[in-house]
Amino acid sequence: MIKMEVTRFRPGEDDAPIVQSYEVPLRKEWAVLDGLNYIKDQLDGTLSYRWSCRMGICGSCGMTVNGKPQLSCATFLTDYAPGPVRVEPLRNFPVIRDLVVDISDFMTKLPKVKPWLIHDGEVPEDEFLQTPREMDEYKKYSMCINCMLCYSACPVYALEPEFLGPAAIALGQRYNLDSRDDGALERRDVLASAAGAWACTFVGECSTACPKGVDPAGAIQRYKLTAAVSALKDFLLPRGARR
Amino acid sequence: MSAYRQPVSAFWWLRQWSYLLFVLRELSSVFVAWFVVYLLLLVAAVGDGARAYEDFLAWSGHGWVLVLNLVATAFVLLHAVTWFALAPRAIVVPRVPPWAVLVAHYAAWALLSAGVAWVVLR
Ligand code: SF4
Ligand code: FES
Repeated sequence: MIKMEVTRFRPGEDDAPIVQSYEVPLRKEWAVLDGLNYIKDQLDGTLSYRWSCRMGICGSCGMTVNGKPQLSCATFLTDYAPGPVRVEPLRNFPVIRDLVVDISDFMTKLPKVKPWLIHDGEVPEDEFLQTPREMDEYKKYSMCINCMLCYSACPVYALEPEFLGPAAIALGQRYNLDSRDDGALERRDVLASAAGAWACTFVGECSTACPKGVDPAGAIQRYKLTAAVSALKDFLLPRGARR
Repeated sequence: MSAYRQPVSAFWWLRQWSYLLFVLRELSSVFVAWFVVYLLLLVAAVGDGARAYEDFLAWSGHGWVLVLNLVATAFVLLHAVTWFALAPRAIVVPRVPPWAVLVAHYAAWALLSAGVAWVVLR
């Protein structure tokens, strides 16, 4: 058995979260999420948390496990033996109930970076062609599952909630770097704003926290350079030569 | 029914080594600024002739100035090293491996330092 210390918050009843402890079986193949499922099935049906795929794809099971943002389906109980395992909601987001957080802030920011292909000119008849090398340019940024671990790890987001944030900027870059896309200029006002890439002070924890190897910190630093160069071009070059 | 806003502790930067390092790096800009001021003082002293330069050297030899400059050196080194570590992630050149970007930065640093040393020690 292993002890799980789970943060509970019941809206309308509790003023602040409380910690509740449960003993769950310690099994080699059990992730933290399996422990929570055991609690919900066997011990306390009122516990609320999100999950869906159990395989690191859907991005819904993010939680703070022993102080670090983790996907609870990809974090194993045995790694915390003999325990206890502290399970808290993701930091930097309002808590709706128990381990369920409200990510609507991200949902309003995400469309601002226009995370879709913006194509000038003719759309090809059958499909867009792209070489493997062109795909490598943006592939890692396209792996994002919107799990919000990066926002939870970011002290800049904690202190400046207007910050666009790691995943949104990385997703903007994902399209900027796509050979089929011509939308970089349209995204620039948002990405290069004070609340965009420039708010980042390169703590780097978003990339450490990311379970999909997206490297949002790298995407942001790279974008800063792009934004600086393009601002310089605006300043120096006549209109026609800009690009 | 209202959501619970999780407070940010005033000591959040002590929670993790990487956060502390980040705060120290932010702080390092103060010392970078100090070195700029120190350099300007040096240039002014040189401009004012041999006497002023001697005075400046004597002042620089004071214990507290030495300690301040040593601390500042440590912070400026931290600043430079973390800045260089970041460079390969900001500068992505096709077909150039990230380590080469890093090495190029250190090489440029060494070269410039050698140039400065040559001018000063000549
Ligand atoms: S960038 Fe990584 S940590 Fe951030 S939301 Fe996407 S997958 Fe999650
Ligand atoms: S349950 Fe889907 S990522 Fe964990």
